[in-house]
Amino acid sequence: MSAAVLKAVNLVKIYSGGALPVPAVRGVDLEVEEGEFVAIMGPSGSGKSTLVHMLGGLDTRTSGEIWLDGKRVDTLSESAWALLRREKVGFVFQFFNLVANMTVADNVELPALLAGISPKEARERRESLLAALNLGDRADAAPAQLSGGEQQRVALARALANKPSVLLADEPTGNLDSRNTRDVLRLLGEVHKQGQTIVMVTHDARVASLADRLVSLFDGQIVDDGRIARRRTGTAREVIDLR
Amino acid sequence: MRPHLLALLAKEPAHGYELKQALEQTFGSAYPSPNIGQIYVTLGRLEKDGLVRAVDVEQSNRPNKKVYYLTAKGRDSLVAWVEEPTEGPRVRDEFFMKLVLAPLTGIADRMALISRQRRHYLSLMADLNDLLSRTDPRDRVAGLLIEGAMLHLQADLDWLERCQEDLA
Ligand SMILES: Nc1ncnc2c1ncn2[C@@H]1O[C@H](COP(=O)(O)OP(=O)(O)OP(=O)(O)O)[C@@H](O)[C@H]1O
Ligand SMILES: [Mg+2]
Repeated sequence: MSAAVLKAVNLVKIYSGGALPVPAVRGVDLEVEEGEFVAIMGPSGSGKSTLVHMLGGLDTRTSGEIWLDGKRVDTLSESAWALLRREKVGFVFQFFNLVANMTVADNVELPALLAGISPKEARERRESLLAALNLGDRADAAPAQLSGGEQQRVALARALANKPSVLLADEPTGNLDSRNTRDVLRLLGEVHKQGQTIVMVTHDARVASLADRLVSLFDGQIVDDGRIARRRTGTAREVIDLR
Repeated sequence: MRPHLLALLAKEPAHGYELKQALEQTFGSAYPSPNIGQIYVTLGRLEKDGLVRAVDVEQSNRPNKKVYYLTAKGRDSLVAWVEEPTEGPRVRDEFFMKLVLAPLTGIADRMALISRQRRHYLSLMADLNDLLSRTDPRDRVAGLLIEGAMLHLQADLDWLERCQEDLA
């Protein structure tokens, strides 16, 4: 049996705060193997954010199981889960969540430091991540001084700072123009090649096409789960049709 | 390809092989490299319609080569091509026909069709990503052509999602 880094078994989320309960995720089974890059797509409201939030321990499940690196985590206490999360999960939110009164550099280094990485190593990693995302000169800025696209890239650098077992990302290119998307694509491609496991919600076809596998959600359920074929065509003729 | 060849000939007379090279140089790696036979067939048709004319140029120890030049009628046709509004790209309707007719066939349901098509689009996008990364960044024409193809594909995917929301 190959090791699943992340596994969900019959995962369910029903929001019951309002007048009517909202079933947002309705029985999801998912196994993500080490080094795999999984893209999650689906219409608005299909439960994508809810699913990845639960997988990352940021939202509680209603029922079902979540396993991380072979360990069942949904039954952990909140503090034990938080501790594990620092070490093993990197998260990029749909609406980035940077710490407002810390510099960009500190935002990126913090999770690495919390995960017990040495200050020297945390700084080096921060420098290389920010440089890769073309943000090297914004290290001392405060998040509020950055554009939406820049904040989103900082959030990605932060999520990768502790070399997590799994990177969970919710629309990490939602605010980026095409040039910035290119930087993000390059970095994602690189860390994936280095073996980073990635689960990513996205509407962006260029980002999704980097993935090995596509999971389609609809109405809180997985309606399709399969590989994205690589054809290695080589010539433009087969890709672009000018007529 | 007819107006493309006319445009190249408006600059200067050329023989078939020079036209092939000029197309490749102008559009870079992103242009589906035209085959020489196709170019000669097109030139033949343009000649028959009086849009270009050919003159034989003698070559030492080789067969004569034909050099083509634009006629006045050819120039008029080129001007008309440049000035008329260009049709927008049409919706890829073959997949849509499958989707609409699927429930009648009993062969595949709409959800399955949409899912398969989505993955197919993503593998096309992966090809475009590959192509872009292999394209010299200084080759702006090629780069823009590939980006255009990517944006069309993104629109196809967004539309697929709309179909899923409304039909599936
Ligand atoms: N805190 C909440 N309380 C009640 N209902 C919620 C809550 N969060 C999400 N929902 C509902 O759960 C469903 C799934 O929402 P979710 O945010 O997971 O969708 P999504 O697929 O991420 O959509 P989008 O593409 O717009 O981000 C929706 O119907 C949404 O209204
Ligand atoms: Mg969402």
